[in-house]
Amino acid sequence: MWLYFLKRLGLAVAVVAIVIAALFAMIHAIPGDPARVALGPRASEELVAAFRERIGLDQPILVQMGNFYVSLLRGDLGRDAVSGEPVLRILLSQLPDTLYLVLGSILVAVVPGVFLGTLAARHRGSLIDRVTSVISVSVMSIPAFVIAIYLLLIFSIELQWFPAIGAGEGVLDRLHRLVLPSLALGLAWIGYVARILRASILEEMNEPHVRTARAFGLSENRIMYDYVLRIAILPTITVLGIGVGHMLSGAVFAEIVFARPGIGKLVFDAIISRNYPVVTGAVLLTTIFFVLVNLLADLVIAWLDPRVRHDLAG
Amino acid sequence: MTRNTALSIRDLSISYDTPEGRLRAIREVSFDVARGGITGLVGESGCGKSTLMSAILGLLDGAAIVESGEIWLGETDLLTLSRGEMRRLLGDRIGAVFQDPMRSLNPVLTIGRQMTDIQFRHRLSRRTKRERAIEMLHKVRIPDPAARLDRYPHELSGGMRQRVAIAMALMAEPDLLVADEPTTALDATLEMRTIELLRELQQEIGCAIVFITHHLGVVSELCDDTVIMYAGEVVEAGPTRALFEAPRHPYTDLLFACDPARIRERSRHLPTIPGTVPGLIDVPPGCVFAERCPERFAPCGRLHPRPLRVRGSEAVRCHLHDPEVTS
Repeated sequence: MWLYFLKRLGLAVAVVAIVIAALFAMIHAIPGDPARVALGPRASEELVAAFRERIGLDQPILVQMGNFYVSLLRGDLGRDAVSGEPVLRILLSQLPDTLYLVLGSILVAVVPGVFLGTLAARHRGSLIDRVTSVISVSVMSIPAFVIAIYLLLIFSIELQWFPAIGAGEGVLDRLHRLVLPSLALGLAWIGYVARILRASILEEMNEPHVRTARAFGLSENRIMYDYVLRIAILPTITVLGIGVGHMLSGAVFAEIVFARPGIGKLVFDAIISRNYPVVTGAVLLTTIFFVLVNLLADLVIAWLDPRVRHDLAG
Repeated sequence: MTRNTALSIRDLSISYDTPEGRLRAIREVSFDVARGGITGLVGESGCGKSTLMSAILGLLDGAAIVESGEIWLGETDLLTLSRGEMRRLLGDRIGAVFQDPMRSLNPVLTIGRQMTDIQFRHRLSRRTKRERAIEMLHKVRIPDPAARLDRYPHELSGGMRQRVAIAMALMAEPDLLVADEPTTALDATLEMRTIELLRELQQEIGCAIVFITHHLGVVSELCDDTVIMYAGEVVEAGPTRALFEAPRHPYTDLLFACDPARIRERSRHLPTIPGTVPGLIDVPPGCVFAERCPERFAPCGRLHPRPLRVRGSEAVRCHLHDPEVTS
């Protein structure tokens, strides 16, 4: 188990290193001199050169990358090219809002998704099954930004149930303002969760151990929740781990549409102003978060399924 | 329905709706299992054994239609019970052991959890339920039963898993145990040991057993009575000894001739019965075995044989023994 954990951690480090390399290559492929964009068209050549030197842009790209890795090991992500603030501090100040958003979206996806998936599987082939299938496919096929805009139009502007913008102050206000963006990001995943769960429940229901449980007169509820769902939920957990990646990229538009602070908004603004230290730091943080979530998903699976634990130990 | 019968199946016919038409899986099946007796149910794959077993356990799937018949457990016709009423009998008066010990236990729950779950009828403390489980594992000779309770099925050997399944099925001391090829997945030594264990426990508890198998050696070793099924019908049934000594139905005869344990002469090929089992969507009007029968004569192709009581067998479906047809 521990060996497995270490292996996964090593893999995670490799993934992060590769992502940074790809990022450096990408940044330098984008047209536009960051120093020019940052300082404006009227800045003198000397000023531009000084700026380039300050954020290290005058050095060859491989040296820049090497420097980045070295300072990364010291926990230093560089400084904001505009304000000069340490990037790490900016990121940490924005991270919580994005985390809440992703957590909210997962909640939006999982609770109704598991409910609908279980319901559809229990009433396989019936009207309920068909209705949930239509609901699932519909929410999956509407683009998240369309959902976001409609949510705003209906619930903020028309009905005025929810405020349209901002992250809010205090717990209740924050939760209140989290509802619409979480719905916008998570709604499509209700469909994915419901469809995947329904399929794996139906598959597991055909396993001989379910017939054994029935032959002992166990109730259908008990069989479903204690004997089947425990196994059938495993593929959904893996998919949700990947889903968090989608939600993180979705956070960029959700934070802009709902004018919320967060990593997504930060990245967007940083790219517009060619604030590369911030872009690099934000992408790095997002990657680490994504890799950790997937590691967590695998650990949850190992915790739920003794066969996986067994294979890992052996 | 006599007092000495634990299970009595009367004229049971079950079919399945398929896209190709109605598949008549079992037809007019009748036999009795004596109280405390062991009845072996023998037949090739697809002869209707599994359908019959599912019918007894009330676990027929949605596509199955019971066309006619009765399944009496003591004084109750199981086919008249609602799902809830049937659930009350399962795991209490009826126990079941299934074929594949690898997959018939839940893979993510411990043995102990599964053994306490099935005691949901008893208002006992968790601890007492565990103790009862340990006692039962001890009875099926699982070494160090207390430690095994916290193991998962995949951590036990195949033979041990099957003994856990037997322990679970017999824990409630049922009137009837339905065992579906419980030893098929085990090797020969383990198979004999499991069968001896099953017989010992059966004598202790006094339950009746329906033992479904295609292994004739096991039947002659274990069973008091034998029922031979072919293509969804009971072709012959009777006391095991008489039936093995003098089979009356040509199919039984050929089945015994194909048993590797009974072959005495050296041969390059294992004997087989030529031909194939008839399709069950359009069941032939005459005898189901007529196509392959070496002793077929004129009426076999058109007239369906009725069950006859002849010396040694309680029921044989064959025109050879029907004086009205042969004369």
